[in-house]
Amino acid sequence: MSRRLFVQAMTATLMAVGTFVHVQAQNALPANKVLRFVPHANLAVLDPIWTTAYVTRNHGYMIYDTLFSEDAKGKIQPQMVQSYSTSKDGKVWTFKLRSGLAFHDGKPVTSEDVAASLKRWSSRDTMGGVLFAFVDKLETPDANTLRMLMKEPCAIVLEALGKASSNVPFIMPARIAATPGTEQIKEHIGSGPFIFKADEFKPGAVAVYERNTKYVSRTEAPSGLAGGRPVNFDRVEWVIIRDPQTQFNAIVAGEVDIVEQPSFEQYDTLKKTAGVKVEDFAPAGFQYIMRFNHIHPPFNNPKIRQAAMLAVGQQAFINTQVGVPELGRLCRSIYPCSSQFADENTPHFTGVANPAKARELLKEAGYDGTPIVMMRPTDLSAITKLPLVAKQQLEAAGFKVDLQQMDWASLVARRAKKDPPSQGGWNMFFTTWAAGDIDSPLTSAMLNAKGATGWFGWQDEPRIEELKAKFARAHEGSEQKKIASDIQSIVFETASFVPLGEYRNPTVLRNNVSGLLQTPGIPVMWGLAKR
Amino acid sequence: MGSFLIRRLLAVLPVLLVVSLLVFFMLRLAPGDPAAVIAGNNATSEDIANIRAHMGLDKPIVAQYVLWLGQVLQGDLGYSYYLSKPVTALVAQRMEPTLALALGTVLMAVCIAVPLGSLAAWRMGGWLDRGLSAFSVAGFSVPVFVIAYLLIYVFAMQLQWLPVQGYKPISGAQSQGTWAWMRQLILPWLTLSTVYVALIARITRASVSEALQEDFIRTARAKGLSELAVLVRHALANAAVPIVTVIGIGVALLIGGVVVTETVYAIPGLGSLTVDAVLNRDFPVIQGLVLLFSLSYVLINLLVDTSYVWLDPRIRH
Repeated sequence: MSRRLFVQAMTATLMAVGTFVHVQAQNALPANKVLRFVPHANLAVLDPIWTTAYVTRNHGYMIYDTLFSEDAKGKIQPQMVQSYSTSKDGKVWTFKLRSGLAFHDGKPVTSEDVAASLKRWSSRDTMGGVLFAFVDKLETPDANTLRMLMKEPCAIVLEALGKASSNVPFIMPARIAATPGTEQIKEHIGSGPFIFKADEFKPGAVAVYERNTKYVSRTEAPSGLAGGRPVNFDRVEWVIIRDPQTQFNAIVAGEVDIVEQPSFEQYDTLKKTAGVKVEDFAPAGFQYIMRFNHIHPPFNNPKIRQAAMLAVGQQAFINTQVGVPELGRLCRSIYPCSSQFADENTPHFTGVANPAKARELLKEAGYDGTPIVMMRPTDLSAITKLPLVAKQQLEAAGFKVDLQQMDWASLVARRAKKDPPSQGGWNMFFTTWAAGDIDSPLTSAMLNAKGATGWFGWQDEPRIEELKAKFARAHEGSEQKKIASDIQSIVFETASFVPLGEYRNPTVLRNNVSGLLQTPGIPVMWGLAKR
Repeated sequence: MGSFLIRRLLAVLPVLLVVSLLVFFMLRLAPGDPAAVIAGNNATSEDIANIRAHMGLDKPIVAQYVLWLGQVLQGDLGYSYYLSKPVTALVAQRMEPTLALALGTVLMAVCIAVPLGSLAAWRMGGWLDRGLSAFSVAGFSVPVFVIAYLLIYVFAMQLQWLPVQGYKPISGAQSQGTWAWMRQLILPWLTLSTVYVALIARITRASVSEALQEDFIRTARAKGLSELAVLVRHALANAAVPIVTVIGIGVALLIGGVVVTETVYAIPGLGSLTVDAVLNRDFPVIQGLVLLFSLSYVLINLLVDTSYVWLDPRIRH
């Protein structure tokens, strides 16, 4: 290439860049018909049965519908179901679907679709698994009727079918639901209020939804996840912004309308910033927990677990991790304190650190000074400070702590290992749960006490499993509450895990956005409107 | 020249093979398990084992490597565990923002740094030279995210001339035209080019000042050429080799390493794809990206080496 040619080429390029040609004609929608929402995480996986990720669950609520839904008072209400009945012996449940329900591909929703979706859901979800242990078979006498034949009466049918959090029994076409639960679905077609625009989906950047103009909404007023689902937007964009400061700047500049979970550090500033407001769609919030490994020393000794439980106080965790007094709260119950099974009558657990008593118990238990391998996820800002507080509190009570820092992916791989802590295993980790995931003994992962096949930490406590089985058969609410409390007593008696307090993480909206519905932790886009 | 190019291109193959071996085995030996991430918070060890088996991660590592290498040789980089899409499609989707960011940054940096560095060398010790030295120190020292937030504060939040974040494609169905594309990139270009202006200007200054000491410069001046002609046609032309080398390295670094800028400006490029893949232990995506980055390094170096002949006819390969 000659230098003259090079100069000509460069000039042409600069001219092309400099000439702001062809602003393509956009099918511009009025500003109040487009909602830009920043979810709390990147939407990567689109199959809400394959993963339990909350962001995927929330995507599920955009495009799918459910047979039942939880209202604002926590009561299960029909959603896709028009009517339902149960036989006198409680062994036959019959569900009639509402007429006019259709998938986004135009095909009607049939009982075959429902049966296939529920089967796939039950293959992955804990509560679904419990429900289907009672189910003998599903029958579809006609396109609008599903019959569930039970081996024995089951008390949790509606609670399971109306389960709000992951995995949610979303209804999808039978051909898609035929995909094994271990594989991701390839098509994303539901019958919900929004249609997913697969051609515009860019993982890590944007997910686009359009209004489902053929959606048949219920006539009742919206309440929680239940009732009508009025949609006021033609287009909803989920904009992925990872950096909290950029989220803040984007909403203040009006580039987005809602940021689902602004960081706690920005809470006070956001409350004082013009043009935006802070609201809470999930007042039940989240709960932090500390989990022991029950199969290795020193926490295979219940007394040492109890000493650790006595050593930690919730206030310090809330102060350090949340840092905003009005967003944290102490809660001694293993069920969220705003939930129906909450019980703060906990003789074994006060939630207040008592290092002197813990030290005494530790001595009595014969703790030999073996360091506790405590895992800290450095990349998960939601819980990264918890281990630091625990280390300090446990050391004050006489424990030796080996704090090991790693990323979350390393932590979740390591917590699945049953090896001794000195050979790549562990003694303690921390996590957080949305209230909806732990408000029932049947959904709380920590209450899976089946030993080697149970949840990480592998507590082997048959009494909990027996009570859970009883819970699933208890038809009276009061009986269920009593069983839930009995389970909690065993949890604290055996120091299964330790609740470290609750917190809320409010949402920030532009002032011109209204109608945010309070739900069990799911940000829903129906009911919202923009001036 | 032809045989040089063929030799260099053939040498790419063993480089890529070694890279593939290293990345594949290092990922498997590092802590973390994609199955555990996929299984979620309320899984059990049994669930994770089932997922591992389903994904073929329970097979011997060597067998997994041979299988993957076979796919790569057929141009198939595999499927993302999470995104359920071919790695090649993911890379293609993220390539445009990264290339736009990298090439725009380099273009901006070169347009600013080369004249500045040349002028500083021409008037060494003057106010421009001292100012450039100060700017270079600042450019190297101030972290990129600080520059980004400052620019956002001034140009997006206060003056409201430019957007805070996002990326709009230059072409395709979602394009809103060239200006919309450019508006989103002006601040990221300015942010990233700060460090490259500092780097390229320093190298230019050093190379040009060295060239200005040469005898042929004295001859050029003695011939009565203007100072501009001396500076551009004689000094800068002879100082081009190290400058082009630094620019080449800059392009290669920008293709794989603009994570912070992509994060602050919410640009969906290869940097954020890499970070997500690493955090999720999405092995096929990490492997594909590392191979791509290695290939781009090798090819850019080859391009730079080839350009030496054009820039300096004394060089023969």
